[in-house]
Amino acid sequence: MKKTWGVLGILLFVIALTAILNPRFLGDKNLLTTLRWSSLYAIISIGAAFVIITGGVDLSIGSVVGLSGTLLALLLEKGTPVGLAIAIVLVLSAAIGFAHGLLVTKMRLQPFIVTLCGLLIYRGVARVITDDQSQGFGNSYPRLHALVEPVGILGAAIPVPFLIMAAIAIAASIFLNRTVWGRYLFALGRNEQAARYSGINTHAISIMAYVVCALLSGWGGILMALDVNSIQPAQFGNFYELYAIAAAVLGGCSLRGGEGSILGVVIGSAVMRVLYNAINILGIPNTWEFVIIGLVLLGGVVTDELVRRWAARRRAAREAEEPLLKG
Amino acid sequence: MPDTSPPFLEARGLAKRFPGVRALDGVDLDVGRGEVVAVIGENGAGKSTLMKILAGVQTPDAGEIRVEGHPVTIDSVRAAEALGIALIHQELNLCDNLDVGANLFLGREPRRGAFVDGARIEKDAAALLERVGLDVLPGTIVSELSIGRQQMVEIAKALSTDARLLIMDEPTSSLSQRETKHLFRVIRDLKARGVSVVYISHRLGEVKEVADRVVVLRDGRNSGGLAKGEIGHGAMVKLMVGRELTQLFPHEARSPGSAALEVVGLRTPVHPRHEISFTLCAGEIVGVAGLVGSGRSELLAALFGVERAAGGSMRVEGRSVVFRRPLDAIRAGVALVPEDRKAQGLFLEMAVRENLSIAWIRDRGTFVDPAAEGAMAGAAIAQLRIKTPHDLQLALFLSGGNQQKLVLGKWLAMNPRVLLLDEPTRGVDVGAKQEIYRLMDEFAARGVAILFVSSDLEEILGMSDRALVMHQGRIAGEVPRAGLSEESVMLLATGSAA
Repeated sequence: MKKTWGVLGILLFVIALTAILNPRFLGDKNLLTTLRWSSLYAIISIGAAFVIITGGVDLSIGSVVGLSGTLLALLLEKGTPVGLAIAIVLVLSAAIGFAHGLLVTKMRLQPFIVTLCGLLIYRGVARVITDDQSQGFGNSYPRLHALVEPVGILGAAIPVPFLIMAAIAIAASIFLNRTVWGRYLFALGRNEQAARYSGINTHAISIMAYVVCALLSGWGGILMALDVNSIQPAQFGNFYELYAIAAAVLGGCSLRGGEGSILGVVIGSAVMRVLYNAINILGIPNTWEFVIIGLVLLGGVVTDELVRRWAARRRAAREAEEPLLKG
Repeated sequence: MPDTSPPFLEARGLAKRFPGVRALDGVDLDVGRGEVVAVIGENGAGKSTLMKILAGVQTPDAGEIRVEGHPVTIDSVRAAEALGIALIHQELNLCDNLDVGANLFLGREPRRGAFVDGARIEKDAAALLERVGLDVLPGTIVSELSIGRQQMVEIAKALSTDARLLIMDEPTSSLSQRETKHLFRVIRDLKARGVSVVYISHRLGEVKEVADRVVVLRDGRNSGGLAKGEIGHGAMVKLMVGRELTQLFPHEARSPGSAALEVVGLRTPVHPRHEISFTLCAGEIVGVAGLVGSGRSELLAALFGVERAAGGSMRVEGRSVVFRRPLDAIRAGVALVPEDRKAQGLFLEMAVRENLSIAWIRDRGTFVDPAAEGAMAGAAIAQLRIKTPHDLQLALFLSGGNQQKLVLGKWLAMNPRVLLLDEPTRGVDVGAKQEIYRLMDEFAARGVAILFVSSDLEEILGMSDRALVMHQGRIAGEVPRAGLSEESVMLLATGSAA
């Protein structure tokens, strides 16, 4: 919970600074775009958080985003009905996550390697099936495009991706904090051996986390593709796994596993997007983009580590004063 | 010329305390030049601490050490090496990804300019390997060698630093018989060259074969010594045991109920050739004694489905069971309190409540009901008298005894029929020990069958209705409560009984 306040502080600071330096940041159009893309980032970041909480990592998120967006466009172009096309993309995404989970648990391969291979493979497949030609939806499929348009709610325009993200975030939050499976997920991340000794089916839980991650990547990829409407198979979704991992870590997930809150991850995603937006809107040359995002992220984790050490020192000092507890 | 020079090593009054334990309490040890001294004692008698002090791994709180008559301070491994003392650990300290030559000269490689002088390593390594009778090329990668050969590399490495006293901690624990024979030949050869050896072992047969003299430790003190002619199984065991029963054990013998756990021909993956069979009855407490490495933990791991058994069959309350994973065992009514509570039993950074409920929530529907969970945890805290300010405290902050109760409390609400405990009182203080004994007795009174592994003989004698004694992967014997004594157990545990 403390970490959630921390990342919220960072978000408000960046928003305030940007708004003061350039009031255009608060313009309707800019706010809508920022909210929409913050939500799209959050969807894939929530998936990343599931895997990170188990103590694993998924580097293939960006490539799954790329593949699912490309594949959707390709299927629609070939005349596949919209519903079927979406179903195919989601089933494929889930299958990818299932494969990752099997390789990590049953084959005992390292998540980093498995999903790094995934990163290369799915990107490559996206380029092969399209012959590296850019894809798009044009102006067809208005009902599909409605998924990324704003809707009026109580007089305010709210982007639909935000509503979708909110639904996913609430469901994920309930799952993690209220269900037995969520408890197992945290327990697995804290101590896999003890989890097994407590009768938890650790393999099933791990596999589930990878499936959730890939599924949300696939779904995020569909929405992002609809939003950009012009998809370069070689680029679409590049680096998104790193944004997602960064957002999850900013939001309180530890790569050691066992920690994380969905609200924190959602706010972390917003930080990533607002930073990107600030660089554009403040007229900073976008060659600086990675430098700034990298520095903010580094500052965040260094601060977190310093706070953690300070707390540990204070605790040690307090315990030193008390007599040795026994019994 | 009569030898009037002082012995190579004299240690007087060595003492070392750890929180809550007096590991060494005034121990003396002399080792002459070219002498092989065996140091023996029960688990926890202080052998390892003594060796670590001599090798500079730990520093003593009090006492004096002289090497060749000169008082010395051994405050680091480097200082010990400079004095010619080298420790060969039970777990070997080799970089098994590197070759033999690189390991022998690790950290002090001969150089030519900025480069490692490979030719010299090869030449010097070959000479060292010959001294220990090891017929391998210096370029062989260490991981390709058997454990016995790796140990020879370790000895050769010690010799390369001109060691004059080698301390060997359980050197034969993972050696084959042939390798053990070879080791003894090397030891005799070293002896002939004037190198002294301190040999720590649980295997009394080996001690008899290799030692010139035996020093026995008990509870951190010297309990006696035996000269070459006096070394025998009976004499050694007598000096190792013989403590007074100082603690109160609450266990009352009851007439056992029907069979709760029947094990027939069970073979563990570690000792696949040895079959283990026994029956455990409801309400019975059975202790499993044996020395470290005798296969006790492996037995419990197989009984709980942590490791799949290599063979044999099991029945729980008459029903045939096969455990592929702990969940299968839990469903059949078998629970385990594992040996390493921090690694296997607890979620240290999770709340007391969550630690207690982790197994229980499985059958409580999809959603965790905080009220029911709190009630469950509260009942366990009250019944086991777990000292914690509230049930949201992290397990990390509890004392060892209360952490152990937490692991036990995990199974309380599961109503296990068979409770397996691996070293249930390790690292807990006397007060908490008694509480754990009382809880064991309460479980038994409710008809739970209890099997507990312990390296603490007092505990075995005090709590067991009968004891199974393991030696090298098999049950060496069973001792009924009436026949339980330190001697009877130790004779079986050391493989001395006929």
